[in-house]
Amino acid sequence: MSVLIYLIPVALFLGLLGLGAFVWSLKSGQYDDLEGAARRILIDEEKDQKNDKKQDDN
Amino acid sequence: MEQQAVSSSSDVVDRLEDQSKNTGYEGLVQRAENGDLSLSILVSGVHCAACIQKIESKLSQEQDISAVRLNFSTKRLSVLWTGQKERANNFVKLVEGLGYGVRPYTPDQAKESVKNQERLLLMCLGVAGFAMGNIMLLSVGLWTTSTETMGVATRDFMHWISAAIAIPTIIFSGRPFFKSALNVLKSGQTNMDVPISLALLLATGMSLYETINHGEHVYFDSAVMLMFFLLIGRYLDMRARGVAQASAFELLSSLNDFATVVENNTTRRVPIRDVREGRYVRVSSGEAFPVDGIISEGKTMVDTALVTGETLPRDAEIGDAVYAGTVNLSAPVTLIVDRAAEDSLLADIVRLMEEATQGQAHYVRLADKAARLYTPMVHSMALIAFIGWWGVGGMSVQGALMISITVLIITCPCALGLAVPVVQVLASDKLFKSGVLVKSGDALERLAKIDTVLLDKTGTLTLGVPALTGTYDAQEMKVAASIASHSLHPLSKALCNVYDGDLLEVKDVKEVAGRGLSCVIDEKAAKLGSRSWCGDVNAKPSEQPELWLSVEGGAPVRFIFQDELRTDAIHAIKAFIQKRLKLIMLSGDQNSVVQKVSMACGIGEYYGEQTPPQKFEFMENIKSNGGCVLMIGDGLNDAPTLAGADVSMAPGTAIDMAQNAADIVFMGDKLFPVYETYETAVRTQRLVRQNFMLAVLYNIVAVPMALSGMVTPLIAAIAMSGSSLLVIGNSFRLRLKS
Repeated sequence: MSVLIYLIPVALFLGLLGLGAFVWSLKSGQYDDLEGAARRILIDEEKDQKNDKKQDDN
Repeated sequence: MEQQAVSSSSDVVDRLEDQSKNTGYEGLVQRAENGDLSLSILVSGVHCAACIQKIESKLSQEQDISAVRLNFSTKRLSVLWTGQKERANNFVKLVEGLGYGVRPYTPDQAKESVKNQERLLLMCLGVAGFAMGNIMLLSVGLWTTSTETMGVATRDFMHWISAAIAIPTIIFSGRPFFKSALNVLKSGQTNMDVPISLALLLATGMSLYETINHGEHVYFDSAVMLMFFLLIGRYLDMRARGVAQASAFELLSSLNDFATVVENNTTRRVPIRDVREGRYVRVSSGEAFPVDGIISEGKTMVDTALVTGETLPRDAEIGDAVYAGTVNLSAPVTLIVDRAAEDSLLADIVRLMEEATQGQAHYVRLADKAARLYTPMVHSMALIAFIGWWGVGGMSVQGALMISITVLIITCPCALGLAVPVVQVLASDKLFKSGVLVKSGDALERLAKIDTVLLDKTGTLTLGVPALTGTYDAQEMKVAASIASHSLHPLSKALCNVYDGDLLEVKDVKEVAGRGLSCVIDEKAAKLGSRSWCGDVNAKPSEQPELWLSVEGGAPVRFIFQDELRTDAIHAIKAFIQKRLKLIMLSGDQNSVVQKVSMACGIGEYYGEQTPPQKFEFMENIKSNGGCVLMIGDGLNDAPTLAGADVSMAPGTAIDMAQNAADIVFMGDKLFPVYETYETAVRTQRLVRQNFMLAVLYNIVAVPMALSGMVTPLIAAIAMSGSSLLVIGNSFRLRLKS
């Protein structure tokens, strides 16, 4: 059972990592325009780097 | 920073001197956190990825732009740039140049708070999901291994870790339920959130007590799982409502537009709501009249289709009254403001709509009805369990309390909380794919109950735009289309729409209000216009709208137009009649026209020449006699009726206000989606009822088990997730059949 001493913290750490990623994506507004995001994949990106760097903050 | 935009609207007035249409936006410019200038505007007409790209790439080509982002869901475009404020107007001009409508955006507190709530729910959901996964990981270990092999110390250790994850999670993610329960308790009532909160708190508290006292069973996993499922239902529900709120918000922004006020021989742009009585307002051709007024200069034609439902424009000259919302077609005019924006016909209709919407708020949703029945039952059951085991059965307080808590957990409305929102979201999604937008959360529920359908004529049963009928000589078409291309009149536009060849050169075009166009083609005088002006007065009169072309030296030629029925109108109406629904047509158009259309599509009951209040009253009458009304309409004259009806639909070509008032908007040239939506609504309701039945069935099995004290954490987890999955699975049947 002593293996649990390592495994449980490892599992929790990985879980927290996922949660952290989720919180970050939520805070950076990635869930604000789900419909738009679904459509944006159809746009051919050429030199349009300006928009990628900055997220809309509304 | 968002309030700034509201307070600065008076500054806008002072700074404006320009005559052009796209000014006034620099007053809405704000300073972003990093020092850039930022502008937020609402863009209308955006409906695909290409639109997003067109607008964003056009603007990012401009100098000094640091970011452009169009939010597709809210139709809000934000532009960040460095440099001068005045460039805001250029950006607006650019977007308008691409063919999109632009309106000033004023942030709204209510809207912002909805968005924050949505984010909060999503955050709670994410945290609950994380906690559920990790606690389950531990629980599976606990369930599959007996205490003998594991040892009490290990078991306690795992209980403690579960507690360490569960307790903060319940406190954090349970807030939406706790808050709502507290609020409702304060007002002396109860709702679904009360038993939920109670179950969450008691289960957590009891499990903590058990953990401390080295108990065998803890219910952390059940509590967190319960919360997770309920949050899913809550989030789906919230999103459905959020869409509805977003559109209500757009309605108000139509009053945020500008009007061109004439003063001391200069003009300036003033927000419509600041225009006072007695001012002079200039309206260029093609623009909508911003306020009610009387024409003081100029002569023009006014398209009143949106306000009165008449297909053909009428003439207006000095002394004639024009109404806000109608469109100035042929020539620029000046009008003296008769009633300010707040008192205009437009605002009257908005007010009527607000009243109608408030009247509708009394509707109690099926889910709420279920909750009202459910809550007292669950509570009394838990109480009976406690009293039964402790008082009658002679169990210890702790043991009896444990059983009573398992009753609360197991009866908790997981399946009930998912029964409605999952089906609704699936149904909305399905309809969205076939071009129908369901805007309010409970629209489908109300739609399933209707027994009467009220239809508008122009733009609803028909396409709302005249189309050329008959065959004509190619040369005559060419001449007529060349002249017509110089006019905004609906008949001229219809002519140009059918003609796709080269246009001739036309000189000296003059628009004579109320008559038509005169010009010179190939050095011959030509006229295109009304029968009395350039037609053959003795020709057989026609009931349809007509346009005459006369070229010097030739006989006048007649072009006949017709407002055509939607291609499948008859089909859709038959389908409705088969379902034993009563169909009634209400139109603002002349009786004779209304009669003809109703004959053509098989509607037995029809009323012509109806004013907006008459339509509204008619609908109210049916409602007060116990009827349940679906209203379908597209014009400003339909807007109050749309807002007041039990449920309402508008075509995508309808004016913004009608689209906003309607619960459901359907796109395209066909009417059949209306019937399909009705059918989907009926099926959705059937599935919702089935889901409720499943939830009840589950309780019939699970409650006796809980009451008898047989439920362990493992059984609770299986029962809860099982019933939730069953309900979700049943909901997905909506996607199976056609």
